[in-house]
Amino acid sequence: MTIPPGATPRNKAARRRKDVLFHVFCAVCAASSVVVLGALLVVLAMQGAEHLDLHFLKSPPSRTPAKAGIGPAMWGSVWICTICALSALPIGIATAIVLEEYKPSGRRLRRVHAFMQLNISNLAGVPSIVYGIVGLTVFVNFFGLVGNLNNPGFTFGTREDWWYVQLPFGRSVLAGGLTLMLVILPIVIVSSVEAIRSVPGSLRAGALACGSTKWQMIRRIVLPSAVPGIMTGSILAMSRAIGEAAPILVIAGVVFIRFTPQNLMDEFTAMPLQIYDWAGRPQEAFHHVAATGILVLLSVLLAFNAVAVILRHKLQKPLQ
Amino acid sequence: MPIQHTTGDGASSAGDVPPMSPTEPNPPNRLPKRRSDRIRRLVERLIVGGLISASSLSMLITGAILVVLTTETVRFFGLKEVSFREFITGLEWNPLLGAEKHFGIWPLISGTMMVTLIAMLIAIPFGLVTAIYLSEYAPRRLRSVLKPALEILAGIPTVVYGFLALTVITPLLQRVYSGFEIYNVTSAGIAVGIMCLPIVCSISEDSLRAVPRSLREGAYGLGATKFDISIKIVTPGALSGIIAAALLAIARAVGETMIVALAAGNLARLVWNPTEQGQTMTAYMVQIFLGDVSNFGAEYYSAYAVAAVLFVMTFIITLIGHRIRVRFREEYE
Repeated sequence: MTIPPGATPRNKAARRRKDVLFHVFCAVCAASSVVVLGALLVVLAMQGAEHLDLHFLKSPPSRTPAKAGIGPAMWGSVWICTICALSALPIGIATAIVLEEYKPSGRRLRRVHAFMQLNISNLAGVPSIVYGIVGLTVFVNFFGLVGNLNNPGFTFGTREDWWYVQLPFGRSVLAGGLTLMLVILPIVIVSSVEAIRSVPGSLRAGALACGSTKWQMIRRIVLPSAVPGIMTGSILAMSRAIGEAAPILVIAGVVFIRFTPQNLMDEFTAMPLQIYDWAGRPQEAFHHVAATGILVLLSVLLAFNAVAVILRHKLQKPLQ
Repeated sequence: MPIQHTTGDGASSAGDVPPMSPTEPNPPNRLPKRRSDRIRRLVERLIVGGLISASSLSMLITGAILVVLTTETVRFFGLKEVSFREFITGLEWNPLLGAEKHFGIWPLISGTMMVTLIAMLIAIPFGLVTAIYLSEYAPRRLRSVLKPALEILAGIPTVVYGFLALTVITPLLQRVYSGFEIYNVTSAGIAVGIMCLPIVCSISEDSLRAVPRSLREGAYGLGATKFDISIKIVTPGALSGIIAAALLAIARAVGETMIVALAAGNLARLVWNPTEQGQTMTAYMVQIFLGDVSNFGAEYYSAYAVAAVLFVMTFIITLIGHRIRVRFREEYE
């Protein structure tokens, strides 16, 4: 065998050495992310442990770090995330069903369909603070069309009812929840579309062949098999909503709130906002309070993720 | 039997039935349709209508974003102390202090670019190398530790990274070089980079894994080492995905709010020195909506104009990212 003149094999040992070096380099880089995560948790645990007790969970924020608590912020988060889930999940799943199951055949409608898909992937890339500004204009002020905050143009119910609603919404839990809905809607849609797409077509064909209508097929066959995927995606989207601070910051501002919200129109604060407030203060002691707040927030998120993992394992049936 | 049905509807076996209009619901030779059938069809129509109206909300949201940003930005430029030319060319941004207000966007853009640049210097190399390690080198055991760690990193709220930047990264930087200010773009950039790392890593890894085995095996057959394969075969093969990942990460970094609001400072000026503080577009918006700014002054509407610029920037970056991903996708058989 003759080797062409330009193709002399390079030094094998040198190439081996390069390979090993690269391997080590890669491993070190990859390990750095774990190290960062570990360092983060250690720092938080060291700073936040001193305040972490039942008192912290229950009591309102205070001017003295030792007495400060996250109670109202936690309930504010519960309110806005409930509103967000109740609005974003049905709308998101409905949109995913339309996108995946009702694909139009006409040329013009197909273009609309493609545009909708592109639109959703673009919405997912919009910075969350922009949603906050849109929510501020649309929900909080209603474009300035109907009355103003002190003199609402329309009221429904009284301040004692939890479902009291007025227009415009003002800096209320309802406005905050709906703004969060804007932020996570694209995430819910994208993950639900993925879940529905992964249902095999043979199941659909079988249902249709048995004489079911299209909606019956979706309701009885497609959705039940897509539920694990949809649930997982929705829970991850909700954990994004819990931690999202920027849009809520624009809607609610950083205000000193000592009470939990009583109705849909009450002012509120949320956990990430409260953490931002504490972290931004110059006193060192408040940084420790912020770390405690972060520990609470992270444990809620961890619980959510654990539920998502368990659901994925429990509900996932082989589709054969 | 003569063929009689010309209308093309279901009544085909009827020998002596005259051609009927297609709107007639019950051909006489069939069982009459049950009422529940009709109701069911009606219900189904309603459900489909409901689904479609729910899905049109996503279009409505886009519409709302465009309408809000355009009308308020137009109102901003309609104010007499503001000129469009100054806004896009001006190098001075002081809407809050001083007798004379200046609205030139470049200081904010320079702050944003500085933070994004530092973030990408961290996120892209580390993310890409981690992705290569995960897809080419890592044994399965290690993968099952690394992947969840990255997912957790991706799920941590950004306000936590902001806290980390302020209380850990900045003191560390100050220990290395005492010239770092309390608020500085480097520490914010590093935190944003850590936040973007999982995005770069997961999207690049997906496209690295999509490179077929046969290409790798061909290279092995020619005597290549794993290093050769990673650098000369797999990475070029997955380049479109890697570029898309980088662009998406840039879009995230540009729009990142809480980290820069906490750690980068609030002084809007042209930033050249990474040890100094600087204000980004998002941090300015936070400052306006948090502060006691009178509701309808020029500085209030300037936040909308900044938001419009931010929206256009991220929109273009995301769009290019998606285009590259679709257009230059390497199709392997």
